[in-house]
Amino acid sequence: MKSLDWIQLAFYFGALLAFTPLLGGWMARIYAGEKHFLQRPLGWLENVVYRYAGCDPRQEMDWWHYCKALLWFNGIGFAIVLGLQMLQSKLPFNPQSMPNLSWSLALNTAVSFVTNTDWQNYSGEAAMSYLTQMLGLTVQNFLSAATGMGVLMAMARGLSCKSGHTVGNFWADTVRSTLYILLPLSLVLSVVLVAQGVVQTFTPYAVAISPEGHSQQIPLGPAASQIAIAQLGTNGGGFFGVNSAHPFENPTPLTNFLEMLSILLLPSALVNTYGRLVGSTRQGWAVLAAMYLLFIAGLALALWAEYQPNPLMPGLANMEGKETRIGITDSVLWATATTDASNGSVNCMHDSLSPLAGMVAMGNMMLGEVVFGGVGSGLYGMLMYVLLAVFMAGLMVGRSPEYLGKRVEKAEVICAMAATLVPFAVLLILAATAVTTSAGLSGLNNAGPHGLSEILYAYASMSNNNGSAFAGLNGNNTFYNLTGAFAMMVGRFAVIIPALAIAGSMAPKRIAPPSSGTFPTDGLLFVLMLAGVVIIISGLTHFPALTLGPIIEHLLMQQGRMF
Amino acid sequence: MKTFLPAVRILLALTFLTGIVYPLLITGIARELFPRQAGGSLLASHGRIVGSALLAEKFSSNKYFWPRPSAGDDGTNYVAVPSSASNFGPTSSNLVATAQSRLTAFKMANGLESNAPVPAEMVLASGSGLDPDISPEAARLQINRVAAARNFSQEQTQVLSNLVNREIEPPQFGFLGEPRVNVLLLNLALDSIK
Repeated sequence: MKSLDWIQLAFYFGALLAFTPLLGGWMARIYAGEKHFLQRPLGWLENVVYRYAGCDPRQEMDWWHYCKALLWFNGIGFAIVLGLQMLQSKLPFNPQSMPNLSWSLALNTAVSFVTNTDWQNYSGEAAMSYLTQMLGLTVQNFLSAATGMGVLMAMARGLSCKSGHTVGNFWADTVRSTLYILLPLSLVLSVVLVAQGVVQTFTPYAVAISPEGHSQQIPLGPAASQIAIAQLGTNGGGFFGVNSAHPFENPTPLTNFLEMLSILLLPSALVNTYGRLVGSTRQGWAVLAAMYLLFIAGLALALWAEYQPNPLMPGLANMEGKETRIGITDSVLWATATTDASNGSVNCMHDSLSPLAGMVAMGNMMLGEVVFGGVGSGLYGMLMYVLLAVFMAGLMVGRSPEYLGKRVEKAEVICAMAATLVPFAVLLILAATAVTTSAGLSGLNNAGPHGLSEILYAYASMSNNNGSAFAGLNGNNTFYNLTGAFAMMVGRFAVIIPALAIAGSMAPKRIAPPSSGTFPTDGLLFVLMLAGVVIIISGLTHFPALTLGPIIEHLLMQQGRMF
Repeated sequence: MKTFLPAVRILLALTFLTGIVYPLLITGIARELFPRQAGGSLLASHGRIVGSALLAEKFSSNKYFWPRPSAGDDGTNYVAVPSSASNFGPTSSNLVATAQSRLTAFKMANGLESNAPVPAEMVLASGSGLDPDISPEAARLQINRVAAARNFSQEQTQVLSNLVNREIEPPQFGFLGEPRVNVLLLNLALDSIK
């Protein structure tokens, strides 16, 4: 690594850490219903939406009511995205006359965008009309992110309220997240992206004739507006097939830096928001410290691995699948950030990463998307581990566990265990199914252990709602479309429902003042304990599979074996 | 029904804001402030579009600088719809064989010693298949070949090598990204050397 690489890393972490409390504090004001500077320009719009929908934002919901609202909202959103894809040939804003998608691909894509996964078994520029991209996919980029933020807020209220029965109002949370946080940030980011060269137009594709006399079709479309929210909302779905490796999505080092920053911006800041809302910023910083610890450890391993020469290709840096303007360091930093956050956009092809850097990307997802994770979803996923950590600490010292002064009992621990383990089970069972059926194996692009890695990566990505891929795997067939859709549904809702249930069951509990037997959850010991619990639970589950994929590939590569 | 109707209406309202107002607003701003960038940074020469400043096109003639190899190479040009990468893993025998043959071909075409180092990006395909850039080193290695194919005099070759230096884009703001040369822009400038 050159000194310039270190400077870029320093700038990245510096910017991220500087924005965390700033944005975190501002979001806390919004969710707490306090005054903030966007209320004057946009407050009327918020009220218009409520009046049109006929709902009262001050009416508190219990957890089940909140959950029902969320499921309806997501269910109808799913139907719209599905319909747009299956009717797009008859609809306007389709200058390239894109045909309708097959039902299984449309189903997979609709689930994918509603669950904030953005797994893509298609190439946008060759499959989706401008209308589908903006009215279907862009919209769900906003709303799935807002959904995650809402669930987090419900959980924060349940964990911190002084014995109530309600967890907030889903409509108010969704509208505020969209209107005051996601839209303004996307607006700013997309204008900068366009200035740097990201396309934003409704004109048909252009055709160029090269100086050597050969034609090239140049894809266009309203890309900047979609990419801005795709990065900010941890969606990660590309407007174009190769995602942010595409020069039209990520044309310059500046756009690369800003998009990379956007990937972790809200997930990091929301932890700070959470701390403020539960009444102790230290609680937020402690969870955040565990996240940064796991992030930096993964980044260090991945950078080291990617700068090692490949013995099969002596003298060549690992540039396969990477872009010249971005280079190796920023490719690895992005790969680590995008898999820690459940973003899933890529600026290099993860399939072509060195085995251990690929393993870091895969492993980050296998932790359950809790190292930052998705906006909202990352932290409510991490709070499951927090409850498990205080439970284990309680077992060790023989005291009844409590978190933020509320007792953690059987119901909460069962919910947390289920939310953590069910997606893992789905991952392993579906991956095992794929490697033992011809339908699963038919999609492979690589042989040997790397083939297993492609399949493992796919299900790790889908069942944890990440969306990035070892993209050599051809996932557009009925087998992958349907098993993938199932994995994404489970990965999303089998965590959301227990999270809301925990919020509901914690809400009525009284807050006891800390005693000498309380295990403090805002100190260094807890940070290490939390990181340890994440590694142990996920590690024990996934390590055997990783040894057969990336680890053995690394060892065989050192011996000069190829496949 | 008590939850269903608000769900539909909140969804419709937010769809209108985020799916229609927002993208149209950005498109409007883009058209006013950055029409060239928003339209794909297209380059025109003699009244016709020759390409996008951001997307690589294939050059195979010795009279031009060559871009990175692409997984989207259809024999005549780099396909941009859809964009594509090889997605070969690091232990792929396909990748190793392809890289080896590209390496040999590049050295031979540019008159390099058999043990001369070659920048990796000239041998390994990019992530987008449309990477417009190569490293300054990779451009310099091609100067003699291009000059010879164009029967350049010594002065003209000096002009060419100055041109390559001028086309080097340093890291943005001095610290972001890698130094690079845009091959299409370089080749268009090259055609104007008399």
